Amino acid sequence: MNGQIPGTHLFNGQAAMKGYALNAMCFSFNEAANREAFLRDEAAYLDKFGLTTAQRQAVAQRNVLAMIAAGGNIYYLAKLAGIFGLNVQDVGAQQTGTTVEAFKQMLLDQAATPAAREAAHG
Amino acid sequence: MAKVIGGLLTSHVPAIGGAIQRGAQDEPYWKPFFDAWPRVREWLATARPDVVVMFYNDHGLNFFLDKLPTFAVGAADHYTNADEGWGLHPFPIPRGHAALSWAVIEKLVEREFDVTTCQSMLVDHAASIPLNLAWPGQDAAPVQIVPIAINTVQHPLPSAKRCLALGRAVSEALTEWPGEERILIMGTGGLSHQLDGERAGFMNPDYDKFCMDNLGPDPEALTRHSVHEIVELSGTQGVEILNWIAARGAMGNSVSEMARTYHIPISNTAAAVMLYETVVAGAAEQTHQATAFA
Repeated sequence: MNGQIPGTHLFNGQAAMKGYALNAMCFSFNEAANREAFLRDEAAYLDKFGLTTAQRQAVAQRNVLAMIAAGGNIYYLAKLAGIFGLNVQDVGAQQTGTTVEAFKQMLLDQAATPAAREAAHG
Repeated sequence: MAKVIGGLLTSHVPAIGGAIQRGAQDEPYWKPFFDAWPRVREWLATARPDVVVMFYNDHGLNFFLDKLPTFAVGAADHYTNADEGWGLHPFPIPRGHAALSWAVIEKLVEREFDVTTCQSMLVDHAASIPLNLAWPGQDAAPVQIVPIAINTVQHPLPSAKRCLALGRAVSEALTEWPGEERILIMGTGGLSHQLDGERAGFMNPDYDKFCMDNLGPDPEALTRHSVHEIVELSGTQGVEILNWIAARGAMGNSVSEMARTYHIPISNTAAAVMLYETVVAGAAEQTHQATAFA
Protein backbone atom coordinates (compact mmCIF):
# COMPACT_ATOMS: atom_id res chain seq x y z
CA MET A 1 0.00 0.00 0.00
CA ASN A 2 2.55 2.59 -1.07
CA GLY A 3 0.64 4.13 -3.94
CA GLN A 4 -0.69 7.64 -4.17
CA ILE A 5 -3.41 8.45 -1.63
CA PRO A 6 -6.11 10.45 -3.46
CA GLY A 7 -6.21 14.14 -2.60
CA THR A 8 -3.18 13.77 -0.36
CA HIS A 9 0.33 15.19 -0.75
CA LEU A 10 2.92 13.66 1.56
CA PHE A 11 5.41 16.24 2.73
CA ASN A 12 8.61 14.31 2.07
CA GLY A 13 12.24 15.20 1.43
CA GLN A 14 11.55 16.21 -2.15
CA ALA A 15 8.74 18.58 -1.10
CA ALA A 16 10.82 19.86 1.82
CA MET A 17 13.66 20.82 -0.53
CA LYS A 18 11.35 22.35 -3.10
CA GLY A 19 9.40 24.28 -0.50
CA TYR A 20 12.25 25.46 1.67
CA ALA A 21 12.05 29.21 0.87
CA LEU A 22 8.26 29.35 1.15
CA ASN A 23 8.23 27.43 4.43
CA ALA A 24 11.11 29.54 5.79
CA MET A 25 9.09 32.68 5.10
CA CYS A 26 6.05 31.18 6.82
CA PHE A 27 8.20 30.12 9.81
CA SER A 28 9.24 33.76 10.19
CA PHE A 29 5.58 34.66 10.77
CA ASN A 30 5.84 33.28 14.30
CA GLU A 31 6.97 36.85 15.09
CA ALA A 32 4.38 39.61 14.96
CA ALA A 33 6.92 42.12 13.61
CA ASN A 34 7.49 39.88 10.58
CA ARG A 35 3.76 39.52 9.95
CA GLU A 36 3.53 43.30 9.96
CA ALA A 37 6.49 43.62 7.59
CA PHE A 38 4.82 41.20 5.17
CA LEU A 39 1.60 43.22 5.24
CA ARG A 40 3.50 46.50 4.74
CA ASP A 41 5.39 45.33 1.64
CA GLU A 42 4.57 41.83 0.47
CA ALA A 43 6.82 41.83 -2.61
CA ALA A 44 9.85 42.95 -0.65
CA TYR A 45 9.17 40.33 2.00
CA LEU A 46 9.00 37.56 -0.63
CA ASP A 47 12.28 38.82 -2.11
CA LYS A 48 13.96 38.58 1.27
CA PHE A 49 13.27 34.83 1.40
CA GLY A 50 14.02 34.16 -2.27
CA LEU A 51 10.73 32.50 -3.16
CA THR A 52 10.56 30.72 -6.52
CA THR A 53 8.32 32.01 -9.29
CA ALA A 54 5.77 29.28 -8.63
CA GLN A 55 5.78 30.08 -4.92
CA ARG A 56 5.39 33.81 -5.56
CA GLN A 57 2.44 33.19 -7.89
CA ALA A 58 0.79 30.85 -5.41
CA VAL A 59 1.15 33.40 -2.62
CA ALA A 60 -0.06 36.26 -4.85
CA GLN A 61 -3.14 34.21 -5.76
CA ARG A 62 -3.63 33.03 -2.13
CA ASN A 63 -3.90 29.56 -3.69
CA VAL A 64 -3.22 26.89 -1.08
CA LEU A 65 -3.11 23.91 -3.45
CA ALA A 66 -0.58 25.77 -5.59
CA MET A 67 1.48 26.53 -2.48
CA ILE A 68 1.44 22.82 -1.59
CA ALA A 69 2.44 21.94 -5.17
CA ALA A 70 5.34 24.37 -4.71
CA GLY A 71 6.49 22.52 -1.58
CA GLY A 72 4.53 24.34 1.10
CA ASN A 73 3.81 22.43 4.30
CA ILE A 74 0.35 23.01 5.74
CA TYR A 75 1.61 23.67 9.29
CA TYR A 76 3.73 26.52 7.93
CA LEU A 77 1.12 27.69 5.44
CA ALA A 78 -1.33 28.00 8.35
CA LYS A 79 0.84 30.82 9.69
CA LEU A 80 0.50 32.66 6.37
CA ALA A 81 -3.25 32.01 6.27
CA GLY A 82 -3.48 33.42 9.79
CA ILE A 83 -2.18 36.77 8.54
CA PHE A 84 -5.26 37.01 6.32
CA GLY A 85 -7.52 35.89 9.15
CA LEU A 86 -8.16 32.53 7.51
CA ASN A 87 -8.56 29.38 9.61
CA VAL A 88 -8.35 25.72 8.62
CA GLN A 89 -11.99 25.63 7.54
CA ASP A 90 -11.38 28.53 5.16
CA VAL A 91 -8.31 26.75 3.84
CA GLY A 92 -10.19 23.45 3.61
CA ALA A 93 -13.03 25.03 1.67
CA GLN A 94 -10.62 26.56 -0.81
CA GLN A 95 -8.77 23.29 -1.38
CA THR A 96 -11.95 21.27 -1.83
CA GLY A 97 -13.58 23.85 -4.08
CA THR A 98 -16.56 24.55 -1.91
CA THR A 99 -17.88 27.34 0.28
CA VAL A 100 -16.75 27.71 3.88
CA GLU A 101 -20.33 27.08 5.02
CA ALA A 102 -20.52 23.88 2.98
CA PHE A 103 -17.13 22.73 4.24
CA LYS A 104 -18.15 23.30 7.86
CA GLN A 105 -21.40 21.45 7.24
CA MET A 106 -19.44 18.55 5.72
CA LEU A 107 -17.39 18.37 8.94
CA LEU A 108 -20.52 18.47 11.11
CA ASP A 109 -22.26 15.85 8.96
CA GLN A 110 -19.49 13.35 9.66
CA ALA A 111 -20.72 13.19 13.26
CA ALA A 112 -23.98 11.66 12.05
CA THR A 113 -22.59 8.58 10.31
CA PRO A 114 -23.13 5.16 11.94
CA ALA A 115 -19.35 4.75 12.31
CA ALA A 116 -19.04 8.09 14.11
CA ARG A 117 -21.92 7.22 16.42
CA GLU A 118 -20.39 3.88 17.23
CA ALA A 119 -16.98 5.44 17.91
CA ALA A 120 -18.57 8.06 20.16
CA HIS A 121 -20.55 5.56 22.20
CA GLY A 122 -18.03 2.78 22.53
CA MET B 1 10.94 4.62 43.74
CA ALA B 2 9.19 6.62 41.07
CA LYS B 3 5.84 5.32 39.93
CA VAL B 4 4.07 5.67 36.60
CA ILE B 5 0.43 6.20 37.58
CA GLY B 6 -1.22 6.31 34.17
CA GLY B 7 -1.66 8.04 30.87
CA LEU B 8 -3.74 10.85 29.46
CA LEU B 9 -4.21 11.20 25.70
CA THR B 10 -5.95 14.12 24.03
CA SER B 11 -6.39 16.03 20.83
CA HIS B 12 -4.45 19.31 20.78
CA VAL B 13 -6.27 21.32 18.08
CA PRO B 14 -5.23 25.02 18.36
CA ALA B 15 -8.89 26.05 18.27
CA ILE B 16 -9.29 24.38 21.69
CA GLY B 17 -6.84 26.95 23.03
CA GLY B 18 -8.89 29.70 21.41
CA ALA B 19 -12.05 28.34 23.03
CA ILE B 20 -10.32 28.31 26.44
CA GLN B 21 -9.09 31.87 25.99
CA ARG B 22 -12.55 33.09 24.90
CA GLY B 23 -14.27 31.20 27.70
CA ALA B 24 -16.35 29.28 25.13
CA GLN B 25 -16.26 25.90 26.90
CA ASP B 26 -20.02 25.79 27.48
CA GLU B 27 -21.05 26.78 23.97
CA PRO B 28 -22.92 23.97 22.17
CA TYR B 29 -20.08 23.48 19.67
CA TRP B 30 -17.47 23.02 22.40
CA LYS B 31 -19.35 21.46 25.30
CA PRO B 32 -19.15 17.81 24.15
CA PHE B 33 -15.35 18.06 24.09
CA PHE B 34 -14.91 20.00 27.33
CA ASP B 35 -17.35 17.67 29.10
CA ALA B 36 -14.59 15.05 28.94
CA TRP B 37 -12.46 16.95 31.39
CA PRO B 38 -14.20 17.08 34.83
CA ARG B 39 -13.86 13.29 35.07
CA VAL B 40 -10.16 13.51 34.11
CA ARG B 41 -9.49 16.30 36.60
CA GLU B 42 -11.22 14.35 39.34
CA TRP B 43 -8.89 11.43 38.68
CA LEU B 44 -5.87 13.75 38.60
CA ALA B 45 -6.86 15.26 41.96
CA THR B 46 -6.70 11.78 43.49
CA ALA B 47 -3.73 10.49 41.49
CA ARG B 48 -1.62 13.61 42.23
CA PRO B 49 1.09 13.35 39.59
CA ASP B 50 4.30 15.28 40.26
CA VAL B 51 5.73 14.85 36.77
CA VAL B 52 4.33 14.72 33.24
CA VAL B 53 6.27 12.99 30.49
CA MET B 54 4.76 14.55 27.37
CA PHE B 55 4.86 12.98 23.89
CA TYR B 56 3.83 15.53 21.27
CA ASN B 57 4.85 16.96 17.91
CA ASP B 58 6.12 20.45 17.17
CA HIS B 59 4.26 22.34 14.43
CA GLY B 60 6.97 24.79 13.43
CA LEU B 61 7.49 26.75 16.63
CA ASN B 62 10.76 25.34 17.96
CA PHE B 63 11.89 23.23 15.03
CA PHE B 64 12.14 24.41 11.45
CA LEU B 65 13.03 22.25 8.46
CA ASP B 66 16.67 23.35 8.67
CA LYS B 67 17.24 20.93 11.57
CA LEU B 68 14.40 18.55 12.23
CA PRO B 69 15.00 15.74 14.71
CA THR B 70 13.00 12.52 14.52
CA PHE B 71 12.99 12.22 18.33
CA ALA B 72 13.92 15.20 20.52
CA VAL B 73 14.01 15.16 24.33
CA GLY B 74 13.83 18.40 26.31
CA ALA B 75 16.56 18.55 28.93
CA ALA B 76 15.82 21.84 30.62
CA ASP B 77 14.43 23.18 33.88
CA HIS B 78 12.51 25.91 32.05
CA TYR B 79 10.39 25.84 28.90
CA THR B 80 8.17 28.46 27.34
CA ASN B 81 5.35 28.60 24.84
CA ALA B 82 5.34 31.48 22.30
CA ASP B 83 3.43 33.16 19.49
CA GLU B 84 2.85 30.56 16.75
CA GLY B 85 1.65 33.07 14.19
CA TRP B 86 -2.10 32.92 14.41
CA GLY B 87 -2.98 34.90 17.46
CA LEU B 88 -3.24 32.37 20.28
CA HIS B 89 -1.84 33.87 23.49
CA PRO B 90 1.00 31.78 24.93
CA PHE B 91 -0.01 29.49 27.79
CA PRO B 92 2.11 29.15 30.94
CA ILE B 93 4.35 26.07 30.87
CA PRO B 94 5.32 24.12 34.01
CA ARG B 95 8.91 23.78 35.15
CA GLY B 96 11.07 21.17 33.53
CA HIS B 97 12.60 18.17 35.30
CA ALA B 98 16.04 18.21 33.74
CA ALA B 99 17.49 15.48 35.95
CA LEU B 100 14.76 13.04 34.93
CA SER B 101 15.16 14.15 31.30
CA TRP B 102 18.79 13.13 31.40
CA ALA B 103 17.91 9.76 32.93
CA VAL B 104 15.46 9.25 30.05
CA ILE B 105 18.11 10.32 27.53
CA GLU B 106 20.68 7.94 29.04
CA LYS B 107 18.25 5.03 28.78
CA LEU B 108 17.10 5.90 25.28
CA VAL B 109 20.61 6.06 23.89
CA GLU B 110 21.48 2.84 25.74
CA ARG B 111 18.49 1.30 23.94
CA GLU B 112 19.87 2.63 20.63
CA PHE B 113 17.46 5.54 20.18
CA ASP B 114 19.94 8.24 19.17
CA VAL B 115 17.86 11.21 20.25
CA THR B 116 18.45 14.94 19.95
CA THR B 117 18.81 16.62 23.34
CA CYS B 118 17.46 20.15 23.82
CA GLN B 119 18.56 22.36 26.69
CA SER B 120 16.61 25.22 25.17
CA MET B 121 13.27 24.44 23.60
CA LEU B 122 10.01 26.24 22.97
CA VAL B 123 7.02 23.95 23.41
CA ASP B 124 4.00 24.61 21.21
CA HIS B 125 0.23 24.23 21.50
CA ALA B 126 0.52 20.45 21.29
CA ALA B 127 1.95 20.49 24.82
CA SER B 128 0.52 23.71 26.25
CA ILE B 129 -3.16 23.11 25.46
CA PRO B 130 -3.32 19.56 26.88
CA LEU B 131 -1.62 20.74 30.11
CA ASN B 132 -4.11 23.59 30.39
CA LEU B 133 -7.03 21.23 29.76
CA ALA B 134 -5.83 18.97 32.55
CA TRP B 135 -5.05 21.83 34.95
CA PRO B 136 -7.12 24.82 33.80
CA GLY B 137 -6.49 28.39 34.87
CA GLN B 138 -3.94 31.14 34.59
CA ASP B 139 -1.14 29.31 36.38
CA ALA B 140 1.14 26.65 35.00
CA ALA B 141 0.18 23.07 35.82
CA PRO B 142 1.51 22.00 39.25
CA VAL B 143 3.88 19.42 37.79
CA GLN B 144 7.34 19.21 36.28
CA ILE B 145 7.60 18.15 32.66
CA VAL B 146 9.81 16.07 30.41
CA PRO B 147 8.82 16.94 26.82
CA ILE B 148 9.53 14.45 24.03
CA ALA B 149 8.87 15.68 20.49
CA ILE B 150 8.29 13.21 17.65
CA ASN B 151 8.55 14.29 14.02
CA THR B 152 5.11 13.92 12.44
CA VAL B 153 5.70 16.76 9.96
CA GLN B 154 8.32 15.78 7.41
CA HIS B 155 8.39 12.27 5.95
CA PRO B 156 10.00 9.83 6.49
CA LEU B 157 8.37 9.61 9.93
CA PRO B 158 9.36 6.98 12.49
CA SER B 159 7.23 3.83 12.28
CA ALA B 160 4.48 3.10 14.78
CA LYS B 161 6.51 0.10 15.94
CA ARG B 162 9.51 2.33 16.59
CA CYS B 163 7.38 4.85 18.50
CA LEU B 164 5.96 2.10 20.72
CA ALA B 165 9.50 0.85 21.39
CA LEU B 166 10.60 4.41 22.20
CA GLY B 167 7.81 4.68 24.74
CA ARG B 168 8.77 1.36 26.29
CA ALA B 169 12.38 2.47 26.64
CA VAL B 170 11.13 5.62 28.38
CA SER B 171 9.08 3.37 30.67
CA GLU B 172 12.25 1.52 31.63
CA ALA B 173 13.97 4.80 32.51
CA LEU B 174 11.02 5.90 34.63
CA THR B 175 10.78 2.56 36.42
CA GLU B 176 14.47 2.73 37.31
CA TRP B 177 14.44 6.39 38.38
CA PRO B 178 15.24 6.41 42.11
CA GLY B 179 13.09 9.47 42.97
CA GLU B 180 9.69 9.29 44.66
CA GLU B 181 7.80 11.16 41.94
CA ARG B 182 4.38 10.07 40.72
CA ILE B 183 4.57 10.23 36.94
CA LEU B 184 1.76 10.80 34.43
CA ILE B 185 2.35 10.04 30.76
CA MET B 186 0.67 12.32 28.24
CA GLY B 187 0.35 11.89 24.48
CA THR B 188 -1.31 14.46 22.26
CA GLY B 189 -2.71 15.00 18.78
CA GLY B 190 -5.17 13.27 16.50
CA LEU B 191 -7.37 11.59 16.03
CA SER B 192 -8.18 11.37 12.34
CA HIS B 193 -7.91 14.64 10.45
CA GLN B 194 -6.47 16.11 7.29
CA LEU B 195 -5.84 19.82 6.76
CA ASP B 196 -4.19 19.78 3.35
CA GLY B 197 -4.99 18.69 -0.17
CA GLU B 198 -8.20 17.92 -1.99
CA ARG B 199 -9.04 15.37 0.75
CA ALA B 200 -9.03 18.13 3.44
CA GLY B 201 -11.74 17.48 6.00
CA PHE B 202 -11.26 13.71 5.90
CA MET B 203 -11.98 11.83 9.13
CA ASN B 204 -12.29 8.12 9.80
CA PRO B 205 -14.24 7.08 12.89
CA ASP B 206 -13.78 3.37 12.06
CA TYR B 207 -10.01 3.68 12.31
CA ASP B 208 -10.26 5.97 15.35
CA LYS B 209 -12.40 3.39 17.13
CA PHE B 210 -9.90 0.69 16.21
CA CYS B 211 -7.16 2.82 17.81
CA MET B 212 -9.16 3.61 20.95
CA ASP B 213 -10.27 -0.02 21.41
CA ASN B 214 -6.81 -1.52 20.94
CA LEU B 215 -4.33 1.00 22.30
CA GLY B 216 -4.83 -0.06 25.91
CA PRO B 217 -5.02 -3.88 25.70
CA ASP B 218 -3.05 -4.46 22.49
CA PRO B 219 -0.92 -1.53 21.30
CA GLU B 220 0.88 -3.85 18.85
CA ALA B 221 -2.31 -3.86 16.79
CA LEU B 222 -1.62 -0.23 15.91
CA THR B 223 1.92 -0.99 14.83
CA ARG B 224 0.91 -3.33 12.01
CA HIS B 225 0.14 -0.37 9.77
CA SER B 226 2.95 1.44 7.98
CA VAL B 227 3.10 5.22 8.24
CA HIS B 228 1.76 5.37 4.69
CA GLU B 229 -1.20 3.20 5.68
CA ILE B 230 -1.83 5.31 8.78
CA VAL B 231 -1.93 8.45 6.61
CA GLU B 232 -4.40 6.76 4.29
CA LEU B 233 -6.58 5.58 7.20
CA SER B 234 -6.26 8.61 9.44
CA GLY B 235 -5.34 11.63 7.31
CA THR B 236 -2.09 13.50 6.84
CA GLN B 237 -2.31 14.95 10.36
CA GLY B 238 -4.07 11.93 11.86
CA VAL B 239 -0.59 10.42 11.80
CA GLU B 240 -0.15 12.25 15.13
CA ILE B 241 -1.47 8.95 16.55
CA LEU B 242 2.27 8.16 16.69
CA ASN B 243 2.44 10.38 19.80
CA TRP B 244 -0.34 8.33 21.41
CA ILE B 245 1.41 5.07 20.54
CA ALA B 246 4.70 6.24 22.07
CA ALA B 247 2.83 7.44 25.16
CA ARG B 248 1.11 4.05 25.47
CA GLY B 249 4.51 2.37 25.49
CA ALA B 250 5.60 4.57 28.39
CA MET B 251 2.51 3.79 30.49
CA GLY B 252 3.64 0.27 31.40
CA ASN B 253 2.64 -3.23 30.43
CA SER B 254 -0.92 -3.29 31.59
CA VAL B 255 -3.35 -0.39 31.77
CA SER B 256 -6.97 0.02 32.67
CA GLU B 257 -9.18 2.42 30.69
CA MET B 258 -10.72 4.99 33.02
CA ALA B 259 -12.41 7.41 30.60
CA ARG B 260 -13.01 7.90 26.90
CA THR B 261 -14.57 10.74 24.92
CA TYR B 262 -14.85 10.88 21.14
CA HIS B 263 -16.43 13.82 19.37
CA ILE B 264 -16.72 15.00 15.77
CA PRO B 265 -15.79 17.68 14.87
CA ILE B 266 -13.44 20.05 16.66
CA SER B 267 -12.25 22.31 13.87
CA ASN B 268 -11.34 19.77 11.11
CA THR B 269 -10.58 17.03 13.60
CA ALA B 270 -12.18 13.97 15.15
CA ALA B 271 -11.35 14.81 18.75
CA ALA B 272 -10.72 12.31 21.51
CA VAL B 273 -9.67 12.17 25.13
CA MET B 274 -8.61 8.94 26.83
CA LEU B 275 -7.45 8.28 30.38
CA TYR B 276 -5.67 5.13 31.52
CA GLU B 277 -4.49 3.97 34.91
CA THR B 278 -1.33 1.89 34.99
CA VAL B 279 -2.00 -1.56 36.46
CA VAL B 280 1.36 -3.23 35.93
CA ALA B 281 4.45 -1.14 35.29
CA GLY B 282 7.52 -2.39 33.43
CA ALA B 283 8.19 -2.51 29.76
CA ALA B 284 8.76 -6.14 28.81
CA GLU B 285 7.56 -7.30 25.41
CA GLN B 286 4.10 -8.75 25.37
CA THR B 287 2.63 -11.29 23.03
CA HIS B 288 -0.73 -10.76 21.50
CA GLN B 289 -3.26 -12.45 19.31
CA ALA B 290 -5.23 -9.53 17.99
CA THR B 291 -7.06 -9.14 14.77
CA ALA B 292 -5.60 -6.54 12.49
CA PHE B 293 -7.81 -3.65 11.47
CA ALA B 294 -9.56 -4.53 8.26
